Amino acid sequence: MKALLATVRRDILLALRRKSEVLTAVFFFVIVTSLFPLGIGPEPVLLKKIAPGILWVAALLSTLLGLPRLFAADHLDGTLEQMALSPSPLGLLVAGKIVAHWLLCGLPLVLLAPVLGLQFDLDASALGILTLALLLGTPLLSLIGAIGAALTLGVRGGGVLLALLVLPLYIPALIFGAGAVEAHIAGLDVGGHLSLLAAMLALAAFFAPWATTAALRVALE
Amino acid sequence: MGDHGRFKGCIGVSQSLIQWFRYASPQSFYPLAGRMIPWFWAAAAVFGVAGLWISFFVAPTDAQQGEGYRIIFVHVPASWMSMFIYLVMAFWAALGLALNTRVSGMMAQALAPTGALMAALSLWTGAFWGKPMWGAWWVWDARLTSELILFFLYLGFMALQAAIDDPRRADKAGAILALVGVVNIPIIYFSVKWWNTLHQGSTINLTKAPSMAQTMLWGMLLMALAFWMYSIAVALTRVRAIILERERHTEWVKHALE
Repeated sequence: MKALLATVRRDILLALRRKSEVLTAVFFFVIVTSLFPLGIGPEPVLLKKIAPGILWVAALLSTLLGLPRLFAADHLDGTLEQMALSPSPLGLLVAGKIVAHWLLCGLPLVLLAPVLGLQFDLDASALGILTLALLLGTPLLSLIGAIGAALTLGVRGGGVLLALLVLPLYIPALIFGAGAVEAHIAGLDVGGHLSLLAAMLALAAFFAPWATTAALRVALE
Repeated sequence: MGDHGRFKGCIGVSQSLIQWFRYASPQSFYPLAGRMIPWFWAAAAVFGVAGLWISFFVAPTDAQQGEGYRIIFVHVPASWMSMFIYLVMAFWAALGLALNTRVSGMMAQALAPTGALMAALSLWTGAFWGKPMWGAWWVWDARLTSELILFFLYLGFMALQAAIDDPRRADKAGAILALVGVVNIPIIYFSVKWWNTLHQGSTINLTKAPSMAQTMLWGMLLMALAFWMYSIAVALTRVRAIILERERHTEWVKHALE
C-alpha cells in the first residue's frame, strides 16, 4: 500500500513539474466540446439533447490523449525496468500509476464538466448526474486505457494504434455514462446506468492492473 | 522442438498426450497442416456446392421478402463465423500464453484476417439485405452495431501484431488483447443492446423473423459448414506461411521447400 501511494505521489509530482502536458489534455476537452455547437448550430433544444454525448465523447478523447505518457517516459529512462525488479509487486506500482493518471487526466474533466455543461443549457440536477457518471466513468477509462498503453509501449505508430485498440473497449462506458444523463433528462431512473458503470469499474479495477502488468512484462522482455 | 522436449520430461503425462503436444512444434505441425488442407478445401467445396444449390434452386421464395432474402445464406454463416473465429482466436491466444507454445500464437495470428473478412462480409451483405428490406443501408440496430465493434476489435488485433517486429512479443501482446476483447464482447453486446432499446425502441427486430422453411434452414446450415471448412483451410494455409516466415533460419525449412 505504501508503494502504491509512493508511486501516486511520484507521478503527480513529476506531472506538476511539467504542468503544460496535463493542461493540454484539459484544454483539449474544453476546445472539443466548444467545437460542437459551432459545427451544429446554436439551437438550445438540440444542444441540450446532445450535450451528454458530446461531453462524454470529448472525455474519452482527452483521456486517450494522456495515455501514451502513462508508461512512455518511465520506459525510456529505464525506471519501468527498475519497477519490475523492485520487491513490491509490479501490479501494485502499476495500480499507483493508473490512480495518478486518473487524478491528473480524469479528475480535472469531472470538475470541468459541470461548467461546460452550463454552456449546453443543462439544469442543475442533470449536471449533478453528469458529474457523478463521469466520476464513476473516468477511472474506468484510465484503467482500460492503461492496458492499451502497456500493449503499445515502444511500438511503431503507438499513438494511433492505441486509439484503435482502446476506443472500441470504451463503448460500454460511453453508452452508460451518457445514457445516465439522457435518462435523467427524459425523466427516467438513472440508478441502473450508474450501477452498471460502478459494476464495470469494480470489474476493471480488479482485472485491468493485472492485464496491464502482463502486457508490461511482455514489453520489457 | 524445444517445446515438446519439455513435456517429454513430465512423468504421469500419458503417451497419447505427448503425441498431441508433438504438434505444438512448428516443424511437426507444418507437414500435418499441409496434409489437412486439401481435405478441408474439399469439404468446403462439397458443402458449398450443396448449400448454394439448395439456397438458389430448392429453397422457396420468401412470401414477404421475395428473392432478396437469399442473401441470408451468405450473411448468417458469415456472422456466425465472425463471432466463432474470435472465440477460437482467443482460445489459441490463451493457450499460447499459458503453455508458451509457438504454434498457438501463429494460429491466432492466422485466424484474425479470416475473422475480419467474415465480419466485413457480414456487414456488407447485411447492408445489401437492409436496403431493399428496411429501405436503409444501415440502421443502428444492436446486432449491426456490435458486429461493427467486433470488426474494430479484429482490426485492432491485426494492427497491434503488425506494429510489433519481434514475433514472440507480437504473439503475447496480441494474446492479451484478444483475451481482453473476449471479456469485453458480452459487455459490449449487452450495452449496445440496451442502448438500442433505450434510444429508438425496437422498430426493427431481427429476432422476430417468420419461422423458416425446412429447406431454408438446411441451406443455411450447409453454407455455415462450408464457411467453417473454408475458414479452417485458409487459416491452416496462412499458418504454414507464417511458420515458414518465422522459421526461415532453420535447417528443416530449407529442406521443406526443396
